[in-house]
Amino acid sequence: MDFGNILALAFGEMISPTTAAYALAALGLAVHFGYSGLLNFGQAGFMAVGAYGYAISTLTFNAPLPVAVLVALTASVLFALILGIPTLRLRADYLAIVTIAAAEIVRYIVTTNGLTDVTGSANGLANFENGFFALNPLAPGSYNVGPISMNERDLWIRIVGWTIVALACLTVWLLMRSPWGRVLKGIREDENAVRALGKNVYAYKMQALVIGGLLGSLAGMIFTLPRGAVQPANYATELTFFLYTCLLLGGMATVLGPVIGAMIFWVVLSLTQGLLYGAIEIGAITFLSNVQAGQLRYILVGVALMLLMVFRPQGVLGNKKELAFA
Amino acid sequence: MITRPTPAWIRRLLVFATGLIAVLLLSAPAAQGYHPGTPAAPSAVASSSLPAGQIVAQEFSDRISGVLRNADGPLPDVTISVSGNGFDGETTSAANGSWSIGVPEQGAYEVTLEVDTLPEGTALAEGQANPRTVTFAGTSNVTTLFLFGDGIVANTTSFWDTLAERTLAGLSFGLLLALSAVGLSLIFGTTGLTNFAHGEMVTFGAVVAFGFAAIGLPIFVAIPLAVVAGALLGWVQDAGLWKPLRRRGTGLVPMMIVSIGLALALRYIIQFNFGGATQQLPGAQSARLDFGPVSISQNNLNSLLISLVIILLVGFLLLRTRIGKATRAVSDNPALAAASGIDVDRVIRIVWMVGGALAALGGILWAYYRPGVSFNMGQQILLLIFAGVVLGGLGTVFGALIGSIIVGLFVEISTIWLEADLKYVGALLIMILVLLFRPQGILGRKERVG
Repeated sequence: MDFGNILALAFGEMISPTTAAYALAALGLAVHFGYSGLLNFGQAGFMAVGAYGYAISTLTFNAPLPVAVLVALTASVLFALILGIPTLRLRADYLAIVTIAAAEIVRYIVTTNGLTDVTGSANGLANFENGFFALNPLAPGSYNVGPISMNERDLWIRIVGWTIVALACLTVWLLMRSPWGRVLKGIREDENAVRALGKNVYAYKMQALVIGGLLGSLAGMIFTLPRGAVQPANYATELTFFLYTCLLLGGMATVLGPVIGAMIFWVVLSLTQGLLYGAIEIGAITFLSNVQAGQLRYILVGVALMLLMVFRPQGVLGNKKELAFA
Repeated sequence: MITRPTPAWIRRLLVFATGLIAVLLLSAPAAQGYHPGTPAAPSAVASSSLPAGQIVAQEFSDRISGVLRNADGPLPDVTISVSGNGFDGETTSAANGSWSIGVPEQGAYEVTLEVDTLPEGTALAEGQANPRTVTFAGTSNVTTLFLFGDGIVANTTSFWDTLAERTLAGLSFGLLLALSAVGLSLIFGTTGLTNFAHGEMVTFGAVVAFGFAAIGLPIFVAIPLAVVAGALLGWVQDAGLWKPLRRRGTGLVPMMIVSIGLALALRYIIQFNFGGATQQLPGAQSARLDFGPVSISQNNLNSLLISLVIILLVGFLLLRTRIGKATRAVSDNPALAAASGIDVDRVIRIVWMVGGALAALGGILWAYYRPGVSFNMGQQILLLIFAGVVLGGLGTVFGALIGSIIVGLFVEISTIWLEADLKYVGALLIMILVLLFRPQGILGRKERVG
């Protein structure tokens, strides 16, 4: 068992584009749930809309990169509006059920055989990332980042992904300390009090839903670009639940919480995988197969989510007074 | 929320957590030993030499299947070959005309009916593509039908016959959804919890029934035992997790998120023990019975009758017995119920046990309806169960029944127009539309919406 290698892999996970995508999507959830109290269980749907919006406009309509990104973002705004109009007046648990249903509807629609020409059905779409990598200014070669080395494509997607995460964090931070953000937190604490001040609660909630959804859509693109493929199975409800785990790990009403939560989530997954596989390899654990070791990690995710919610709902960074529920 | 946890209850939770993991990790070695969770890639010949229709251990989790019959009856011993994705295999139809072949992965396959193996005087109907391409659509089983006969075109049954048949199937599906939905609704009514782990309680029932059947018990013993196990799971959950959380005054949204964590943990614990493959309960394939214009499989008919009887029984218990009256009282106003001498904790405990038992039974019937037992089968219908509950009105038992039947009918009838892989979309859309115009659901009261 090579501990140095396991640690290097864990570090690689920490800065991977998938982690950046999780951080961004979880930041969107922080805007929804942490700051506004909207229990959005459909973040996977927003990510799917972003990823498919980008892939379809690139492949079917040959759109250049900026147009494709714009289409993806517009699609997520539309999705937020369609989702928000019927549901934002509902109580939290109804909202949760409707948003999770809407995300599943998106997944069923991109999986259906009738649309195979456009969405690629269950196999998904591929080969839409060339426009993005054509912008890469880095010379081909091998780059060392800490203990790991990567090629110019890997480094480029990481630079872009984490730059977007940093910009998104800055934007959310500025938004939440503005008067607009204070109204949003007021809605979370007491909707009727804010309404009594003459604010249009519905409009504020809708704006929050759109902003969080845009972050989810960007996350969907960052998630899918390094893979060079988008598949519906990646956007199931479990993705949303993992994002909630990241959010609760870091702290739900914080800007950096979702980012740190996503990093912890992936580092812990990578470490447990490395240690379990290593232990199986040297024969220290004989009662597990590699497949079962993989499943064991997700059992731990579920248990961790329960324990977090019960014992430390504010997460690593959060403040207990700032919880979206009392 | 801010009350300091007492050591006693921390102990209870830790005991619950370790107990849960220990029990479930060690519970189903029977199933594990019977069908290894990680099958080595078997040869195509081995899988296809099995007589179709008699599904023993499935080596592949994804299957292509169908039934061959003409106007005179089933067509046995017809060869069908499947190729694609680097896989080649063939199978022959069984005595009842059914055939089924496992394929290594989802994707597109070319299915060829070997015309020279057809009996004398039988030919494919006009317009029947042969060979044809079959594509998986997210499910682990695709069905393709070859139609036979002179001058018969594909659409032979009249619209009303199709409608009647779909309605019957929808009723069967809706009632099995209702079993789980009634439990979910009872739990919501008495505790306010939106239980996202209900899907795993559904899976649990089917998996345990499979486990008991795998160690050799006859299925009519295995099913009641699995239902009892489901009740036990409900009791353990309430005693070990939800009751301490209620004691602590945990809010409803945190409890909902805890139930999501529990759902994830249970789902992967089940996969850990059961493996990722789809297995069949004994008697998963049954003959079709004809009633005039409509036909229904024996299993679906049994499922329909069993769920009908059980739901009527639950309705009777709720309306006519003391404990039922107490349940409705707690559902209405827990504080008032407690003040008038009802033991609220006892009622909730019983509701969890009944909910667990109903979910387990629903899971077994769902395993026959799909057909197949897999670790994520409960998750697949969780949203339909929610749709039924929300349609009828959260917390209303009879609303859940009506809502589930509507969802079941809608899912099955919509397949007349919609592609089969979109049939759940219609039901979910209906739920969202109903929430737009009548947020409290069909039988719900207005105060339940915020």
